[in-house]
Order: sequence, then C-alpha cells, then structure tokens
Amino acid sequence: MNRAVQPTYTLDKVSEENFALNLGPQHPGTHGVLRVVLHMDGEYILQADPVLGYGHRMQEKIAENMTYPQALPYVCRMDYLGALSYNLAWVLAVEKLCQFEVPERAEKIRVITTELNRISSHLLWWGAFLLDLGGFTPFLQALTDRELILDLLEEVTGSRLTYCYYRFGGLPSDVDDTWFTRVMEFIEGFRLRLPRYHDLVTGNVIFYHRAKDVGVILPFDAAGYGLSGPILRGSGIGFDVRRHEPYSGYERYNFEVPVDETGDCLGRYNVRMMEIEQSLNIVEQAIGSITEGPVRSKVPKLIKPPEGEVAMAVETPRGQLVIYIVSDGTKKPYRVKYRVPSFANLSIFAKLARGQLLADALAILGSMDMVIPEVDR
Amino acid sequence: MMECCYIKDVVKGFLSLFTGMRVTMGNVFTRPATVQWPREAAPLPDRFRGHIMMLANEATGYPKCIACTSCARNCPSQCIIVTGKKPEGEKKKIADRFELDFTKCSLCGLCVEICPVGALDFSRDYALVSYTRDDFNGMNLLQDLGSPF
Amino acid sequence: MNISLLSVAGYLVGIAALVGLNAVILVWLERKVAGHMQFRLGPMEVGPHGILQTLADGIKLVSKQLVIPDEADKPLFLLAPIVSLVPIFAAMVPLPFSETVQAWELNIGLLLIIALGLLNTLGILLAGWGSNNKYALLGGARAVAQILAYKIPLLICVMTIIMMTGSYSLRDIAIAQQGGWNVLYQPLLFIVYIITVTLETNRSPFDFSEAESELVAGFHTEYSGMGFSLFFLAEYSYMFIAAGLATVLFLGGWQGPWLPGVVWTLIKIYSIIFLMMWFRWTFPRVRIDQMLSFGWKILLPISLVNFIITAGVLAL
Repeated sequence: MNRAVQPTYTLDKVSEENFALNLGPQHPGTHGVLRVVLHMDGEYILQADPVLGYGHRMQEKIAENMTYPQALPYVCRMDYLGALSYNLAWVLAVEKLCQFEVPERAEKIRVITTELNRISSHLLWWGAFLLDLGGFTPFLQALTDRELILDLLEEVTGSRLTYCYYRFGGLPSDVDDTWFTRVMEFIEGFRLRLPRYHDLVTGNVIFYHRAKDVGVILPFDAAGYGLSGPILRGSGIGFDVRRHEPYSGYERYNFEVPVDETGDCLGRYNVRMMEIEQSLNIVEQAIGSITEGPVRSKVPKLIKPPEGEVAMAVETPRGQLVIYIVSDGTKKPYRVKYRVPSFANLSIFAKLARGQLLADALAILGSMDMVIPEVDR
Repeated sequence: MMECCYIKDVVKGFLSLFTGMRVTMGNVFTRPATVQWPREAAPLPDRFRGHIMMLANEATGYPKCIACTSCARNCPSQCIIVTGKKPEGEKKKIADRFELDFTKCSLCGLCVEICPVGALDFSRDYALVSYTRDDFNGMNLLQDLGSPF
Repeated sequence: MNISLLSVAGYLVGIAALVGLNAVILVWLERKVAGHMQFRLGPMEVGPHGILQTLADGIKLVSKQLVIPDEADKPLFLLAPIVSLVPIFAAMVPLPFSETVQAWELNIGLLLIIALGLLNTLGILLAGWGSNNKYALLGGARAVAQILAYKIPLLICVMTIIMMTGSYSLRDIAIAQQGGWNVLYQPLLFIVYIITVTLETNRSPFDFSEAESELVAGFHTEYSGMGFSLFFLAEYSYMFIAAGLATVLFLGGWQGPWLPGVVWTLIKIYSIIFLMMWFRWTFPRVRIDQMLSFGWKILLPISLVNFIITAGVLAL
C-alpha cells in the first residue's frame, strides 16, 4: 500500500448527494469545543470549514485590566496541558522588558519543571491520539505514567494541571533536594517502560496503516501556513525555538531536535515520541548540574515596566508561542497579544482534510495535537 | 518478487499484533494503579493548594491579619473582602471580617505571597461538598479563630 | 409428539434465560477485563467485585425515558432493536451444548445460524436509517459494506469444515472431531474464522459502525434506555453464538476429559469470547477501506487456497 500522493476529490466529482455534517462543538473526536462543518460525499470530505469561537474568553482584553502578576493565572489557563510553558513565556517576557535577573538555580528548576510538563503533555497526546483512532488501552497506560509526573509537580507547585508557579525574578519557593532524587527515579523507571509504549502501538500494523501517508504536509506548505512545533518538524523543517532562539539557559543543554522527513501522521508521531526522550535527557542534565543558591532575585513589589514593547517566543509542547506586550509605563499592560501555536496549526486542517475519509480527518486532527481553548483564547 | 514482499509484509504485520496482545496481557498481571476512594486516600503533598485559610497569632489566638487589603487588591478575581478595626490598646488593626468567594478563586496564591505578615496559607481541604452555593460564596475564614471584638 | 414439543418449549425458556444470563455475565466480564488490562480495577462497588453492576445498569437503563427524535421514521426506529435481538433466540436452537443438550437437532443447523446472523446487520441498517441522524446513517452504511465483504470468507471457511465432515448438522460436526479437533488440521482456517467473526459482531478492531470517536455513537446515537440495551444484548448474544459456532466447528464441541460436556462447551465458548475482548482492548480501529481491501485481498485468497488444498487432500 505505497501511496505517495493522497487521493483528491475535487468538486468535479460531486454527486447529487452531498451533505453537510457538523463535527459539532460536542464531539468525542475534536479536542475541545471545535466545530468543523464538513461537506461530505458519502465518507469522503469535499470541504472542511472550521468554525471557531466557542471557547473565546477574551484573554487579551482581560490582561489589559490586570496587573502583571495578576495576569499569571489567566495565562496558565489558556493551554492547560502545557501550562508551565505559558507561565514561563509570560514571566520571561516581563523579565526581558524590566531587565530582571534570574538566579541560576531558579533557571534550572524552571527548565526541569517545563520539560516534565512537556513530557506529561505528550503522554496525554499519545493517549488521546490513539483514542481517536479507536484504541482504548493506550490512553490509560499513558495516564498512569502521567500521574507520576503530576505527583512530582504537585509536590513542588501545589497544583496538578494549571500551575501558577513561576514568578518574576525566579520561583516563589525553593525545592527540596530529595525531589531531585525522586525525579531521577521517575526518569529511570519511565525509560524502562517506554519500550512498552512502542510495543503496544508503534509497531502495530493496524496503527501503521492508519497513520502512514495520512495528512501529508509538504515542507513548502508547512512554512507557508506558519506551522510550528512537532508538526513542522514532522515535515522536515528542524525549527525549534529552544535551539534557534534559546531562553532560560537552553543553549547549555545537549539535546537533539528530532526531525522526520515524511510529513504524515506517522512522522509527527515519531517526532513527538523522540521529543519525550530528548526531554528526559534535558531533565537529567539539568539535575546533574544543579547549583545551590537563591531562587528569587530582588524585584520591586509593584512591577511597573518602562515604556516599550517586548516579544518573547517559547517552545510549548504544541509549537511556538509568542507573547507580545506593549507597556505604557503603568502597572497594567497597554496591549497583550498571544500568538498561539494551535491557531496556526489549525489553519492547515481545511486543506488537509479535503478528499480524505472521515476517519482520516480525525486522525489528522489527533496528530496535530491542538488544544482548542488555546485557539480561542 | 512483488508477491514475496507482499506476503512477508502480511506475516510481519500479523505477528506485530501478538506483540501488542502480549503487552495488554502483561498489564493484567500488573498491580492496578487504582486508589479506591473513599476507602483509601492518595497521599497529599505538603504544598497542596486547598482554599486559603487564616492563620492565628500563637500568643493571643486572634487572626494575624492586619487588614491592609493587599490581598484583596492583588487578587485577579476580586474574591476577598476584608475589613478591620483597631481594638483597645493595640497598635495595629485586626481583621473582623474576612470573606472569600471560593466560587471565583483560582488558587493562584498571589494573596498568600503578598501578605506582609504571612497570615494566609493554603489549607489541605479537598473534600468540599455542599447542597447550597452559599457555603462557598462567602466563606468566613475567621470563624474558628478568637476575636478581640 | 407432546413430549418433544414440551421439551422444545422448555429449551426455548432455557435459551431465553441463557441469553439474559449471558448478557449479565459478559457485561461484567468485559468491564473487568477492560479494567485489568488498563491498570485499573473495573466495577468494585455494587456487590463483591462489582458482580451486581450489570443489574444496577439494567435498572438504570430500563428506567430511562425512551426518546424518539422528531422526524425519525418511528416504525423503523422502534423495530430496529427488535430485529437485531429476536433472531438470536432462533439461532441458539441448533447449537449443541453437549451430546444430549440441544434444543432441536436440525440437519442444516449451520446454515440456519449463518443466515440468521445476517439479520443483525439488518437491524443496524434500520437503526441507522430510522434515526434521521447523519452519524447514524454513516454507521449503518458502514455496517452493510462490512457484512458484504465478510460473508464470503466466512462461508468458504464453513464450507471447508462441511467438506471435511460431510454434514451440515452441528451435532455431526462435533461428533466427527472425536479423532482430533479441527483446529489441529486447519489452524489457518481457525484464525480466519476468528477474524471474520470479530467482524460480524462489530467488535473492535472492526467496530466502525459504532465508532465512538468518529461517529459519535454510530448507529445507536439516538437510542436511549431500553433501545440501547437491546442492541447491546443482541451484540453480546451474537458474540456467544459466534463463539459457540467456533467451538463446535473447530474445538470439538463438548469433548474433554473429566468434566461434563456442557461445562467444557461453556469453558471453550468463554475462552473465545475472552479472546475477542482481548482484541478489543488492544488494537486501534481499522479504517473502512483498509478493512474492505483486507477482506478481499487477504482473507478471501487465504480461505480459497485453504479450501482447494483441503479438497485435494481429502480426494487423495
């Protein structure tokens, strides 16, 4: 079954019995409140129109009425699966604007917690992708391991999902040294369990045929639509914000940026599985080089950045997040703009879904790993 | 040649199914990860974020809060109402009303951090359930503490 | 004549009881197997280790309001679960549980069971059309495509066994295996049969007509309460019949040491059902066009080649 080109149904082949199917806001296959109006010819999709806005919460407008620290919980709730990355982006943006220094220990702990969050987000993606494809067990297998990560992060931050942990200048509280031992134990145990994930799914012939040559994104399209994250790297372009615009000390860690040339669902799957392993490497290196010291530098109680603007790019589990803040010198920002990765990633779905079977369209949605509240902000 | 590769693919694919089945059967003999609530409870870490609670002054038993309203002003959701008076012979105010609207609280912890006297902390309360919303609308955090008024 | 009619009536009552009891056991077994394969425990609350959970679910489903969509085709909508369920009782009649326990000895018992199995799909199609719901319609259409592709390998499978035995009667097929079970002579055919039967009963990895993540619930999207539970009763009973057929055709029916024949039959049937549940909780779903090409390009050639080789060997 070697198909280099996916079948396309142009509108020439229309039959008299097209119908519009509403992959509605409530659907087990869309990850959140995404509505896609599909014009279908039997099982084949002729046209797909995503309809957004069901989860719009006016985050950018709210941020204009909050002071900089008050906006922290709002930022974490946009992408609840990768909340620490968003937290990091906000904190780094304001620190860049105000020229705050961050102690080294705080930086290392930020990297460790962010990478653990990335692993937990990818684990949930793995389970949810396979749930979309119809396999029920991998979801629970992933969640069982994810519980261990959530327990580790709960010991440090106090929350399990929407962490509000980083503060301007560092962290609010220090971390016990025994926590690092527990993280290393988790990493060793997880490395031993990772082959079980590959045994259950990656080698499976049914999964292989569901994901191979489905939703091929060519590198030209990937760059043109502004994709980022594992979707972009699954199409052959090796752009990772942690490598090309490093922040928070990422330039000191030795990790690879996994790239897959095929551009189909299986390629994106492989990229994310390899990213999990690379995140484990980064956490090990960070723990290995941890230093003693303070975890928060002195920052003024009332944060009033100088007038100006800042754009901070961060690699979330879904792609590149850019937070753009315009400050007018007061304690509340003048304008905040979030460039979220899932919004750009969703824009290629309409093109990819054309001519596909419904089952394939859902596999493509699953492999793109979107969080819809992030899209709607 | 084509048929040979085809048959080899079919056989290889078929055998991969058994690898998956072996994993699932292995799961049957692993200890389940279930914690049977309410008969057992999962361990709660120290920094667990339950709703906030008011700490008491060890000597007097009165609330530590001096009603500076930093927490109320810093709350992103405006869910704290605090007022206070200066009792007889004291230098600082002591709170006489501290209400938390827990239906809006996002457990961000900014109030806990900003308090100048360290009067607030997270509780470990997670089994919150009630029949009416009023129990969480205006949680009185001073109800278990002594009061000079 | 009166006694034989009385015995048939007794057997029918027994079959009805078996169908009900089987559904109760299988729902519990499925949830427990699913739980343990997924690092969790399954139902534990109602009764020791959740044995009475099915009873609680049954009470809940019966007490739900029967919602009929506005523009649904009401006769078809209400008829569909019944069409799925009623042939089960007839299909269980020729199934032998032991040398003496069989409701009615039919000399074309095998053909009867296969023909009645088709009515399950008719029920799905009626449900899909009568629901006035595009998701249900897609589910029903998929079920029909599935059946058309898989009846042929199934029939060739069964014809090979008939050729080896020389009779359509299930009892004769079981007795003829006293020299050795058919699975030893035809292992490939057994595998093909298991795959085909997983397809016929719409079980994972072939459950596209009720695909929970694509078509919200497939053909039974609009059913609530008793209609839904009748479909499930039909599915589990049909699993029982298909496993029973596998036992008789390949595993020697009631033969086995020490224990009485009925017990052996039940052990073998439930082992095959456990195998089908194991499939469900391990594999993701196959896509519909891949399933069709699998049927036409892999299962059909294998069963045909097997048939020809068996015919050749028997002729010699």
